[in-house]
Amino acid sequence: MKLLVCVSQTPDTTTKIKFANGDTEFDASGVQFIMNPYDEWYALVRALELKEQLKAGSVTLFHVGPKANEAMIRKGLAIGADNAVRVDAEANSSFFVAKQIAAYAKQEGMDAVFFGKETIDYNGSEVPAIVAELLDMPFISYATKMEVTGTVATLDRDIEGGKEVVEVDFPFVLSCAKGMAEQRIPNMRGIMMAKRKPIQVVPAVEAADAAVVVKYDYPAEKTGVKLIDPENMDELVNLLHNEAKVI
Amino acid sequence: MAVLAFAESLTGSIKKAGLEAVAYGHRVAQALGTECIALTIGTPEGASTLGQYGANKVVNVDAAKDFDSQTYAAVLANAAKQLGCDVVVFSHSTSGKSLAGRVAVRLDAGLVSAAISAPSTDGGFQVKKSVFSGKGFATYNITTANKVLTVAGNTFRPEVVGSDVAVENITVEAPAGRVRVKETSTVSGTVPLPEAELVVSAGRGMKGPENWGIIEEMAGILGATTACSRPVADIHWRPHHEHVGQTGVAIRPTLYIAIGISGAIQHLAGVNQSKVIVVINKDPEAPFFKAADYGVVGDLFDVVPRLNEALKKFKASNN
Ligand SMILES: Cc1cc2nc3c(=O)[nH]c(=O)nc-3n(C[C@H](O)[C@H](O)[C@H](O)COP(=O)(O)OP(=O)(O)OC[C@H]3O[C@@H](n4cnc5c(N)ncnc54)[C@H](O)[C@@H]3O)c2cc1C
Ligand SMILES: Nc1ncnc2c1ncn2[C@@H]1O[C@H](COP(=O)(O)O)[C@@H](O)[C@H]1O
Repeated sequence: MKLLVCVSQTPDTTTKIKFANGDTEFDASGVQFIMNPYDEWYALVRALELKEQLKAGSVTLFHVGPKANEAMIRKGLAIGADNAVRVDAEANSSFFVAKQIAAYAKQEGMDAVFFGKETIDYNGSEVPAIVAELLDMPFISYATKMEVTGTVATLDRDIEGGKEVVEVDFPFVLSCAKGMAEQRIPNMRGIMMAKRKPIQVVPAVEAADAAVVVKYDYPAEKTGVKLIDPENMDELVNLLHNEAKVI
Repeated sequence: MAVLAFAESLTGSIKKAGLEAVAYGHRVAQALGTECIALTIGTPEGASTLGQYGANKVVNVDAAKDFDSQTYAAVLANAAKQLGCDVVVFSHSTSGKSLAGRVAVRLDAGLVSAAISAPSTDGGFQVKKSVFSGKGFATYNITTANKVLTVAGNTFRPEVVGSDVAVENITVEAPAGRVRVKETSTVSGTVPLPEAELVVSAGRGMKGPENWGIIEEMAGILGATTACSRPVADIHWRPHHEHVGQTGVAIRPTLYIAIGISGAIQHLAGVNQSKVIVVINKDPEAPFFKAADYGVVGDLFDVVPRLNEALKKFKASNN
């Protein structure tokens, strides 16, 4: 089976966020970047496990982003992906990214396209559904478990306040959430091997940006915590009722 | 051109997420000076009440009951064309998120997800959303004729603005689903975390799972949903679905009470969109106090029982 794993690069949660150019751009200077956790921990590892179970096939990493992001791609190769493809372009919108992924997956006849459930920067959860539609494939979102027998996959997926168990035939698109797999830390051998694995660089296919950011702003600072005497919980209740009006 | 809002009904009746999509659809329609049409699938209970929440019209499509994003997206996109809608609105729920992108492709529409504002139409079609784990906001401009939006939970609260309307059944083309639903289970009784208005959450400061009685008691008094920090779920003191934060559920309740939680950035990422935050922690230096509106510095094993008594007294005198 040919498995495609789409990975994005995001600022680490602990990084301070700044905007530039009259708050019209995200300022990447000094920002610590990481592989999007859902892509690394769940999508990539589950794809590797599937290949191990089948004792055949390949796991290809797919990333839309500039050359500077290759260190992140190498990490994915060190964790165990066989090869990688990088579309040499800025990932400016979900549509743009999705078109790149769909074009490659179609050309290569991928059996499954793995995504993280969302990126932790824009939290869009947009790309996987767009790709599924472009490929005219079934889409299982928020999968927390997957079992594969022959050409059928059985998955658990999160739904509001519960879960659903579904069955689907390959090929399909899935997005992966917590529970799908356990994080793998690259070992020395993986890191050495990753250096020799190919990263194919391809130009972008044309795609228009239909929705773009025109302005950023910062949230209002909290005005400061109001401390309440631990002996006087009636006061807290009073404030929550009369001042905050939340109970 | 009108706005089409998808009133989802996963379990046969329209829940909060569905109502919120309609409440937002109504606001979008107001901003654009047009009508809001609510769409239901599979004749759910309570469809006519959507009129109360701002639907000028309710249409129902009898498609397969099982959720399949391919079938549902085709229903929505084809209905939008049939009914002359150029904006389609979903809730930012698991089903809304699996449909929005697909519908956007079918309608050649620009997509913005988890919107927290109604569109502003001076200078294009602009909507705002929260980005970078609540550390910023981004305003998007959609340049296409058709638009698809999902609305962040607990942002546009369903309010009664009208009255019941008759439900009209319509027929639209849609392919059969290819996903076979084998089993659906929902936790009954409590409000699911992403929908909860009031949340009582506790962390490692609780010392052990056997001490959670006081947390459950508080949730019971308030009618709140319980949540927890990640380590607490990882060591199985609490079930995984309670885990909030960057790697767990992100929530936007009106009230978040954090008990014995330090307030690490990854935890805050999932809760800092709460309207009001109360922190109870014995360490005055705990980072959570910086993100809090109200704070109590003290031992939770003293403070929480006292707060529970005060809440009981308040509830008794307010009923
Ligand atoms: C990549 C990554 C992702 C993560 N994702 C998440 C996530 O999604 N959600 C999440 O929660 N965490 C997440 N974490 C973990 C996070 O960094 C913190 O470690 C975690 O939130 C701490 O949990 P805690 O506050 O319950 O425990 P602690 O940090 O141990 O804090 C316990 C708190 O309880 C207080 N306390 C102790 N005893 C008492 C008492 N008797 N009375 C009152 N107060 C008391 C202490 O003062 C302390 O502040 C993530 C970490 C990483 C690296
Ligand atoms: N630039 C990118 N390159 C490759 N895959 C991406 C990129 N951006 C997003 N993805 C994939 O799409 C998923 C959802 O992203 P999003 O729709 O931005 O929340 C991520 O978890 C990745 O699997």
